[in-house]
Amino acid sequence: MSKAYAHPTPALRDPAWPGRAAATMLALLLLWPLGVATEFRPWSLLDARSLAVSARFLADFFPPKLSPDFLALVLRASWRTVAIATAGVSLALGAAIPMALCATRALSISRLAGRMAPLPAALRQGVRALLIVLRSVPELIWALVFVRVVGLGATAGVLAIALTYTGMLGKVYVEVLENQDAEPTQTLLRNGCGRLQAFAYALLPQAAAELGAYTVYRWECALRSSVVLGFVGAGGLGQLLDASMKMFDGAEVCTMLAVFVLLVGLADAASAALRRMLQ
Amino acid sequence: MLELQGVYAAALSAAALPRPVLFDIGLRLDAGEQVAIIGPSGAGKTSLLQLLACAQAPLRGHYRLAGKPVWELRRSALQSLRATLFLAPQLPPFPPRQRVVTAVLAGRLPAWSLGRSLRSLVYPSDLAAARAALAQFDLEQKLFERVDRLSGGERQRVGLARALLAPASLWLLDEPLSALDPQRAAQAAQAITHGARQRGITVLASLHHVDTALKFFPRILGLRQGRLLFDQPRHAVTPDLLQTLFAPQDPSLDAAYDAACGHPAMADAPLPALAAVMR
Repeated sequence: MSKAYAHPTPALRDPAWPGRAAATMLALLLLWPLGVATEFRPWSLLDARSLAVSARFLADFFPPKLSPDFLALVLRASWRTVAIATAGVSLALGAAIPMALCATRALSISRLAGRMAPLPAALRQGVRALLIVLRSVPELIWALVFVRVVGLGATAGVLAIALTYTGMLGKVYVEVLENQDAEPTQTLLRNGCGRLQAFAYALLPQAAAELGAYTVYRWECALRSSVVLGFVGAGGLGQLLDASMKMFDGAEVCTMLAVFVLLVGLADAASAALRRMLQ
Repeated sequence: MLELQGVYAAALSAAALPRPVLFDIGLRLDAGEQVAIIGPSGAGKTSLLQLLACAQAPLRGHYRLAGKPVWELRRSALQSLRATLFLAPQLPPFPPRQRVVTAVLAGRLPAWSLGRSLRSLVYPSDLAAARAALAQFDLEQKLFERVDRLSGGERQRVGLARALLAPASLWLLDEPLSALDPQRAAQAAQAITHGARQRGITVLASLHHVDTALKFFPRILGLRQGRLLFDQPRHAVTPDLLQTLFAPQDPSLDAAYDAACGHPAMADAPLPALAAVMR
């Protein structure tokens, strides 16, 4: 510090540079064995044999199959997929919101005066652990379990998505709520408000846009999940896609993928509109 | 109303090893009193207000509010005791995009049930009271504006209007007039003292502007380097006393304290040199 006072003008060299360069080198050194372990060889995509196989597969896609019967079938299946995703996310919301409210430190009253009390801290940790368990089991596994319990069909898909997405939504809600400016919420809590009152009047207005956009994004992910779940017999677009793939019918696959792109685009537009509304 | 005895306290959100910023404070306020705290910046005015707002337990000493030993209460009792006081931070903490009417009505929350609080988000519950409170600060035309579209001074006055709606018997106002021009400051000080007198509310306000403090508050506390230098009725606050209060600080006190507590006394910071410049 005394040296800094003796030489007040810093040298024209960025003092952060050596550290940054070292960190980059270290990252590259760590990536190398990872690349070897995963047999990461992107250039093998470009050799003649791979190119021929890809070209044949892609050539199959055109022209997409647009016969009215098939389109009607795809439409019904997509509607089913949307329904599975929406029902699953709605169920997940019903569980994730109360769990996030329990788990977030932003609404702790005992923390107002220093450390959180042991009992609330244990409750918050418990809810967090439950959220971890819920989301660490992939929805595919949940679906396989539920297909055995409730049989083939949409119900298995809905339940699988509901469980995994409760974990994901809950975790991110907790973090979004804790990332907001704590001052408005703490001021209300300090003035004797209840937790839910402070949530409704200070925390939610800050976080609403972020929470809404994240929820719509998760709905979009649930659309993709429900397609994958279709492959194990949970109904919808996935089941149809599975059948077409097994018959090597590229034209049908192409049509369904196009519908899928449309659905994801729709989710994106909905998210943008929601954020505009809440800004 | 409230009583402090031999209180030592650290700043809010202090480090793991809290270091007192308030030393040996003794204070008694009777119901309905109106008191101003003055003193140089860094004297501990905000910490004192936060201590009184039950934001943090003192390191040593006793704090009784409404006859109750605050830090011996159960958490739920402490939280209902907090509903009897209103702390207005210097920068009014509103979530962005909240409307003025909601921000002001948030003062009422401790008196409302959760159901009524949520209904009030759908349709403002006590519009007349909100407008009347804003009118005290010449802001009734801003009732339905968004708080993030107000100027700094307007936001501060909205924060004070919130106090008028709070079901509190003690107002703790941290620099309530800091963002206001002299004319607005006088008007706001008038509204605060008048509103408090009407409702029989005890007021403790920190003010950096000594003339305003002397004009509107009958009792003055002088806080200097964390100690109560004087506690006098306003006519006893002499220019000599004020000069002692605002005289440049003697860093040897800090150093002596640090030596006593074994803190590294920020040894290489050139404190004596700085003090010499200030003299």
